[in-house]
Amino acid sequence: MREIDAKEVIKTTTRLFIDANYNLTEDVLAALKKAQGSEESPAGKEVLAQIIKNADIAAKEQVALCQDCGTAVVFVELGQEVHIVAGDLYTAINEGVRQAYENGYLRKSMVMQPFSDRVNTKDNTPAIIYTDVVPGNKLKIIVMPKGGGAENMSRLIMLTPSAGRQGIIENVLKAVDEAGSNPCPPIIIGIGIGGTAEKTMMLAKKALLRKTGEHNADKEVMELEIELLQKVNELGIGPMGYGGRTTALAVNIDVFPSHIASMPLAVNINCHSSRHKEAVI
Amino acid sequence: MPKIINLPLTEQDITGLRAGDNVLLNGVLYVARDTAHERIVEALAKGETLPFEIKGQMIYYMGPAPTKLGNIIGSAGPTSSYRMDIYTLPLMEAGLRGMIGKGQRTQTILDALKKYNAIYFAAIGGAGALISKSIRKVEIIAYEDLGTEAVRKLEVENFPVTVINDIYGGDLYREGKAKYKNSTK
Repeated sequence: MREIDAKEVIKTTTRLFIDANYNLTEDVLAALKKAQGSEESPAGKEVLAQIIKNADIAAKEQVALCQDCGTAVVFVELGQEVHIVAGDLYTAINEGVRQAYENGYLRKSMVMQPFSDRVNTKDNTPAIIYTDVVPGNKLKIIVMPKGGGAENMSRLIMLTPSAGRQGIIENVLKAVDEAGSNPCPPIIIGIGIGGTAEKTMMLAKKALLRKTGEHNADKEVMELEIELLQKVNELGIGPMGYGGRTTALAVNIDVFPSHIASMPLAVNINCHSSRHKEAVI
Repeated sequence: MPKIINLPLTEQDITGLRAGDNVLLNGVLYVARDTAHERIVEALAKGETLPFEIKGQMIYYMGPAPTKLGNIIGSAGPTSSYRMDIYTLPLMEAGLRGMIGKGQRTQTILDALKKYNAIYFAAIGGAGALISKSIRKVEIIAYEDLGTEAVRKLEVENFPVTVINDIYGGDLYREGKAKYKNSTK
């Protein structure tokens, strides 16, 4: 067994959340710049220029890219030969979130009891943590501050087998069209197909972690990604919904086997400020 | 070139604005989002004193990030407006003349813009660091317990917004989308 001190987990989580909120990843920035070059709509082009300028200011001045510093979503890949010492893993992650949001001047957006008094927890905890146990003796932490505006546009549709590929296309287009300008386009679209209701939502969320511009390794899935991206960009919504060719920067699909009766479809949208960072301890 | 408007909005400003116009705002904006709206509308219904005189004013739907030492305000971009739709009619009846947010409004709100001679602007969502540069002064004036959702008074200089819905039924979201729909080369 390899021992990892919980303090290391706290430190890493804090660093990653601050980094994610200040520094847009290179792949998203590159996709935005590429879109700025190809966008035909003058209003859309101007929006893209402002978004790029915003990323520049946030990185230079080390301030939050967006005031919505998100729900603290954390994906953990825990090597089965790792033993966390001097504290427990989830407490350490939450402490990391607390320190990041306090010391990094990040907005705390979590409220207790969602349907009644909605009192702010004041430290952006609890984090939403998902753990996969994997072979090896390493601990990988992936953080994703997820903004509320885009998350509110999520969809779970329990399609049945006869809907087929066409059913998926129609429902994704409908979800993106209805979301319109709300999720801050150009968006990144995470899609899950298959599994069960919660499994497919997880696939969609995790698909948002993929590098923008990379495709699913499966040829059939890749072709669906390419077709959907083209069709989404034919909707005309454009940057911030002002009209244009760039409604999405990427469509990332992940699939999982499903029951003979089912073909669940999940759509999870990320805004252009698609923030995620990872580290291996 | 963007139009420059000194707040509060005049009748002339409002009649001169069209969906798609880029505008730089100068003057005072009031900040309120979800829970603050709920409280303001409740106070209005009870006939209580409001945190600020709504008549003729403009509300910005926003909840800022904390302010870093030496800065005026943290990241300060717009939040989605549709969540405020349910609270907006009484505010417009009370004289609210403008709103800044992002995203589509309901038809009820679009109709009310014509009826009450008011304007709906959008700021660029996710550009909060950039937008914060045009804020010169910030003061919490009510509901401090709400933290980021407290009502704030801002003084802005060349604050960049775009007209989404004007008093003539113009709608940038609808028109912009129609222009670029299904026509990828």
